[in-house]
Amino acid sequence: MSEILVLVEHADGDVKKVTLELLTLARSLGEPSAVWAGPGYSDAAKAKLAEYGAAKIYVADGEEIVDYVVAPKAELLAQLVSERSPAGVLVAATAEGKEIAGRLAVKTDSGVITDAVGVGEGFVAEQSIFGGGVNVRSRVTKGTPIVAVRPNSTAPVAEAGAGAEEKVAVALSDTARAAKVVERVKQERGARPELTEAAIVVSGGRGVGSGENFSIIEKLADSLGAAVGASRAATDAGWYPHQFQVGQTGKTVSPQLYIAAGISGAIQHRAGMQTSKTIVVINKDAEAPIFEIADFGVVGDLFQVVPQLTEEIEKRK
Amino acid sequence: MNIVVCVKQVPDTATERKLRSDDKTLDRDAADGVVNELDEYAVEEALRLKEAHGGEVTVLTMGPARATETIRKALAMGADKAVHVTDDALHGSDALSTSYALAEALKKIGFDLVILGSESTDARTGVLAAMLAERLGAPQLTLANKVEVDGQAITIQRVTDYGYDRVEASLPAVVSVVEKINEPRYPSFKGIMAAKKKPVETFGIADAEIAADQVGLASAWSEVVDFAAAPPRAAGTVVKDEGDGGVKAAEFLASKKFV
Repeated sequence: MSEILVLVEHADGDVKKVTLELLTLARSLGEPSAVWAGPGYSDAAKAKLAEYGAAKIYVADGEEIVDYVVAPKAELLAQLVSERSPAGVLVAATAEGKEIAGRLAVKTDSGVITDAVGVGEGFVAEQSIFGGGVNVRSRVTKGTPIVAVRPNSTAPVAEAGAGAEEKVAVALSDTARAAKVVERVKQERGARPELTEAAIVVSGGRGVGSGENFSIIEKLADSLGAAVGASRAATDAGWYPHQFQVGQTGKTVSPQLYIAAGISGAIQHRAGMQTSKTIVVINKDAEAPIFEIADFGVVGDLFQVVPQLTEEIEKRK
Repeated sequence: MNIVVCVKQVPDTATERKLRSDDKTLDRDAADGVVNELDEYAVEEALRLKEAHGGEVTVLTMGPARATETIRKALAMGADKAVHVTDDALHGSDALSTSYALAEALKKIGFDLVILGSESTDARTGVLAAMLAERLGAPQLTLANKVEVDGQAITIQRVTDYGYDRVEASLPAVVSVVEKINEPRYPSFKGIMAAKKKPVETFGIADAEIAADQVGLASAWSEVVDFAAAPPRAAGTVVKDEGDGGVKAAEFLASKKFV
């Protein structure tokens, strides 16, 4: 069966959920080989990758890979593409994942498709563009297909693979060492999941009214184990940090459940969340365009509805 | 410091955007063209660096004739001159071709620093700056929310999932900026008038030594198989809060097994 390279996303040694999704997807296209780049590789990580179908695991776990911006990971993948001639390469469509895909495409003279929400036979990728208004199917026509897949596009399903480990030595070029990471600054986000990866996202907008009031959005999010997002109106007003902005110029999310409270639903916002599987809306304005894409909507005061919803969820646990 | 800022004209996101039925490329005539929003932050950052360190800001764009509107806006904000890469042969270029053509133009122009917005609101690939860095063999300083230059040294804060990385490199370099790195200025009346007199050089592909077989729709590295308007979402249930809206929402979530 043809080999499919899957670049592993990991944090603090743990394999991220999106990688399990990509391995699941890769199994429908061929035989997945996981590619581990950077420190933190362990038996637990190996077991996890094998559990989700990695037939092989290429391990390049030197510090150096993460000491420089993006380029080393692209060189590692380019080396594997050249040595193994895989049928395709899958990466997560995170900001960095897409950059890796872009450099890899240049290095291997291959086409790249970003933000796919599905990949089918013949590596035909599905994308949702123009703020969710148009669905496109496209494919790479030159080189090795490189596809960046949006988190939450596939439900991860375990199916054991051999997990045969192979160490990979990469000799980084001088250009790969041109942009050096000299410090990593972690900003507290508590125990909440990462916004782009979260299965559930609860977002607040203009209707929330102040930074302090975001605590009711956070409480609802915590009752569901969700990430917190915000509309541009809310981040522009300084009520919530900018890195949590969902929308055209912020993050794109595609969770199983998206709850929008006090958000009117301008294209700016919809472009970042329209591919969410289920959308629940709470807004006092019955005319707000966000209701057009709601699976369930409550026309009402979010200061009444949201706390009541949180309380009800806690009761049902 | 010789700063080149790349800008793109994109269809206004407030209007309906379409693909053309004939060649499946973006229908640029169907919507008003505006400056890609994130590129305004790139222009502003370029102007601030010039104000602090001296030098010159050149606007570089690739696109059809009407993209001059976008060039004028950047010049009105304060950029000194512009290069417009325009040629029918470029129509339908994908990210690989675009990065190739821009890299060739950049080699012609010369630069200490290239600044871009981190993505465009139309294609939203977010790959161009990384591809340019790769093609130019220059340090990739992307997703910056802070840029500092000191002589030949450049440091940025690169936005990450967990916060940010501080990244160091030497000029020449490629920088992409995220929203909120600064507050883009509005062109003044004086700026708008002055922009009309600023030099805009037009490059065809031959002028920039861009190989014809590396650009355009026929040479693209990927193709659109087909496309269709997204089916409208099935109409949902909307209830008016009668004091039990939260309970009803919880019941809906329970019916979908979220709680």
